[in-house]
Parts: sequence; C-alpha cells; structure tokens
Amino acid sequence: MTDATIAKPSGLGAGVRAVSDAVLPVVAVVAAIIGLWYLACIPMNIHTALTDAERAGAVVTPAGAAERRDMGGIGLALANTEIVPDVFSQERPRLPAPHQVGMELWKTTGEMVLTGRGFSKRSLLYHAWVTLSSTVLGFLIGTVAGVGLAIGIVHSRVMNMAVMPWAIASQTIPILAVAPMIIVVLNSVGVTGILPKALISAYLSFFPVAVGMVKGLRSPGAMQLDLLATYNASQAETFWKLRMPSSMPYFFTSMKIGMAAALVGAIVGEMPTGAVRGLGARLLAGSYYGQTVQIWSALFAAAILAAVLVGLIGLIQRAVLKKMGMAS
Amino acid sequence: MNWNWLIGAGTALVAISYVNLQVANSDGRDQPISRLFVPTVFGIGLLLFWEGIVQGMGVPGVILPAPSAIWAAFTASTDILWLDFVQTFVKGALSGYIIGAAAAFLVALVADASDFLRRGLLPVGNFMAALPIVGIAPILVMWFGFDWQSKAAVVVVMVFFPILVNTVEGLRATDRMQRDLMQTYAASYWQSLFKLRLPAAMPFIFNGLKIATTLALIGAIVAEFFGSPIRGMGFRISTEVGRLALDMVWAEILVAAIAGSAFYGIVALIERRVTFWHPSQRRGR
Repeated sequence: MTDATIAKPSGLGAGVRAVSDAVLPVVAVVAAIIGLWYLACIPMNIHTALTDAERAGAVVTPAGAAERRDMGGIGLALANTEIVPDVFSQERPRLPAPHQVGMELWKTTGEMVLTGRGFSKRSLLYHAWVTLSSTVLGFLIGTVAGVGLAIGIVHSRVMNMAVMPWAIASQTIPILAVAPMIIVVLNSVGVTGILPKALISAYLSFFPVAVGMVKGLRSPGAMQLDLLATYNASQAETFWKLRMPSSMPYFFTSMKIGMAAALVGAIVGEMPTGAVRGLGARLLAGSYYGQTVQIWSALFAAAILAAVLVGLIGLIQRAVLKKMGMAS
Repeated sequence: MNWNWLIGAGTALVAISYVNLQVANSDGRDQPISRLFVPTVFGIGLLLFWEGIVQGMGVPGVILPAPSAIWAAFTASTDILWLDFVQTFVKGALSGYIIGAAAAFLVALVADASDFLRRGLLPVGNFMAALPIVGIAPILVMWFGFDWQSKAAVVVVMVFFPILVNTVEGLRATDRMQRDLMQTYAASYWQSLFKLRLPAAMPFIFNGLKIATTLALIGAIVAEFFGSPIRGMGFRISTEVGRLALDMVWAEILVAAIAGSAFYGIVALIERRVTFWHPSQRRGR
C-alpha cells in the first residue's frame, strides 16, 4: 500500500520489480503446493502400488497385502524405495499425481479437439459447456431478479422493512440442500433440460446480488441526494443519474460472488439426480466407478471455468469503471 | 379447485400488504417493535398464501406440500430429524468447522509473520475461496469413508480459505501509528500480537467465521449425497426425494434453515461480545 502511493519509479527495472513482487510469491506458494501434492501421493498410493508390484512378481517387504494394511504409508515407502516411483503412474490411484491430472485434462480437451472430436460425449469441453450454459442462464435470471428486488427495496419502505430481513436471513440457510428436490419436482411437472439446473443457479446468485445492490444503490451520501433534490430531480432521474452509476462497484463485486455461487449450484444440480451430462455428472460417475483421475480432472475443469467466469467479470468491471472514471 | 381456500389466500395477501403499509408509513415505523413486526407479518402472510394456493388448487403433495403438511411431518418425526441433525450438524459440520477454523487461524499467523508468504498466500487463498470446492466431496468420501469423518473433512476444506483470507487481512488492519506505539513500549512480538493486532483483527476474523457457518452446513449436507450411513440430513433429503416424500424433505430443509440461522446467530452474538468496541456494533445512530 505505502510503496504504491509513493511516487512510482518508472522504466524497465520498476516493471520487473513490480512483477517479481507480485508474481514470485504466488509462484512459490503454488510450487510448494504442487510439491506437497507429489509428496502426499507416496503414502496415499503406496499400499496399492506394493500390491500391484507383488502381483507382478517383485519382492516386497513385508509380503502380503494383509500384513501391510495397518502399516503407515511413510514406513512402507521407506522400506520399499524401489517401488515408490510406481505411485505416480497408477491407473486408479487414491491420489493422482498432478501430471496425471494434467495429462487427463489435455487428453479430454485439447487432444480431442485436434482429432476433431472436441464435442463428443467423452470430451470435458462438452461437459463443461453443459454446465456453463445452465450456469450463465441461471446467473442472468438471478442477477436480473436480484437487481429488480434491490430497486424495489430501495424505493419502497414497506418492501425494505418486510423483505430485507428475509433476504439477509436467507443467506445463512444452506439453500443448496433443496437442489435435488427442485430437479425432481420440476422434472415431474415436465420441465426438463437446463432450466431446472439454471433455476438452482438463479436462486443461489439471486440473494448475493440483491443484498449487494441494495448496499450499492444506497451508497450515495446524503449530500449528493440533497444536491439532486435541490435540482428538483425526479425519483427516476435520481436513480439513473446518481444511484445507478454509484452502485456499479458493488454491482460487479456481487456479480462475482453470484457467478461463483451459480457455478456451484449448477454442479450440485447435476450431482444427485443421475444426470449424465455436465461436470457434476462427471464427478459423480467418477466416484461411482473409482475413476479418481476423472474426478480430479473434472474438478480442475470446474476450477478453471470458475476462474475464467469470475475473471471475465473482473475484466468487464475494470473496463466499465475506467470508462466511468471510477477506476479502482 | 376449492374457491374458499383461494379466496382466503388472496385475502391473506391483501391483508398483510395493508397492515404492513400502514405500519411502514406510520410514525412508529422506526421503533424496534415495528422492525420486528413487519417482516414477521410478511412471513406469516406468505405461509398463509402458500397454504391457500396449495389447498385451493389441489397441488399434489409430490410437487409442493402445504406448510401444514410440512409441519405435521416435522412434529411426527422429530426423533429421526434429531438423529439426522446430530449426524450432520454436530458430528460433520461443527467438528469440521472448528478444525478448519483453527487450521486457517494458525496458517494465517504463520503467513502473517513473513511478508513473502503473505503476498503468495493471499491471492491463492482468494482464488481458492471462489472455486466450487464442494466438488472435492466425492474424493474425500472415498478417502475417509462414509461416516461423519469424510463430511468433517469436506467442511474443513470449505471453511479454510474464507477464514484464512479474512484473518490475514485482519492481521494487517492496524496502522503504522499503533504499531509504532507498541514498539515504543518495547512490546515483544507476542505482546503486540495479543494486545494490539489480534483484537484489531477480530472484526475481519468474525466476518470469515460468519461466511463459513453457511459453507459448513452446505459442505456437510452435499457430502452426504455421495454416500453416508443411513442417517444424516443430506442422506434423508436425497432418499426422501427418491420416494417423493416431499413433506419430509421440506421438514429436513426446515431443520437446516433453523440450524443454519441459529449457527450464524450464535457466531454473530459472540462477535458482538468480542468486538463491542467496533463502530459497526454501536446501537442506535
């Protein structure tokens, strides 16, 4: 904070220093996490690796899977150092190594695109698209409804008094628990496809957007409101010329929260109902068949999707706020 | 169609709107009693409207049960609901919440001691806090088995990052003057931590703890969708949905709602006790 406010040094050296200040620690932390992950693979996978090696004819101490069951993973790894490399290349490891997840991600996305099957049902791109479409649809519904409610709350005293406490209280309730019910009920009424999932996403993103927007629309100070009153501005004019512009930072912040919530809603909406498409269905299928590499790759696909969506809103935020002269 | 119920529903809606309009535009609208009265009336009116529509239109119970049916299911099966509550909330969510919060707090203390570590952990933690972490539920259920341990593990991971990020932010919340003052007192690291920086960080820490209450319950419930012993709120919801016994599902959701808001309320109460000095806790204006 203090360094940034003091006159900025210019030139290439400063740029390099800024990058190394911001990027280097993050890279170090990420590298440490990946390193820990590789280390964790050893005790997690050593039991099955030893069993496989024993079946293949290798000499393992102590012999017999039953003997080893209650032994610690680290002790086993130290006693059988020559088997340790095997833990990183199992087909169904308890904890797949980072490179295995990366390869699976590439195999189910980039490689399939290169061979022209980018949208086959085995492609993660296809599943990500299914999840993305219901996320975005739900997010749009939720955002529009949330902004609408916020406008109502700001302009109507009754709505503020009656609805606002419920809107805040609803954020303490684990709404996600209703996801399976919404899917089943809407299916039984004949609503199928992406709409039920989108409604869960909409519901989850609705409240953060509504609460954030109420805050944003109320952010103009009494001075500014008084000024518009002295101009004899109507309520609509006050809204368009003062409240709406000053709510923009809040709007984008709550949209980021809403988008993350919408993605969680879509994924969870795909889980409990035996859905066959979408990232949530991939997670569920992977857990049914013990395909751990598939679970992890679906998880990373979901993480990348979340990062891209939230990052996209961040980019729009930066562009819009800059244009409005409110660049943060 | 039962017109009596439908007319009743319409009347309820008009009546609450009228009463609330009167109270909200009266002189006593800023009294604490009307601040409580208006939302309560609104909630009751909505329930009456729901009941009237369901009864009047003859909506089948497999689509939307009436509030009275939900309440009947709730009171008739308090023993099952209590078992589920203990399994999911006390064993899964609460133990995971405590472990996760303690772990996040300790990591935040370590990260705060090193500027390099803090600048690395903060963006990573912020990034992780925005990810759909519930997705790790199937993995952790595979690792820790079907019982509450796996649910607690999911909760630990879910609550970890919001609390970590908020605590790290909070430990930076003191300004230079205050830290300099501690320095002139020749305060040691621990003295300045306990007497200055931790108290100053409390509003941030509680913000993280409050966000994490909802996440804890969500994590514990969703993890049960992937396998659990034959009790637990998530288990009950998914099996009763399969049997189309929606009144029981709604009763379970009612339990989740009560547990979630009570949990949040208790944390907020503790916050009020601990951070009584903070401007946001001042009563009146």
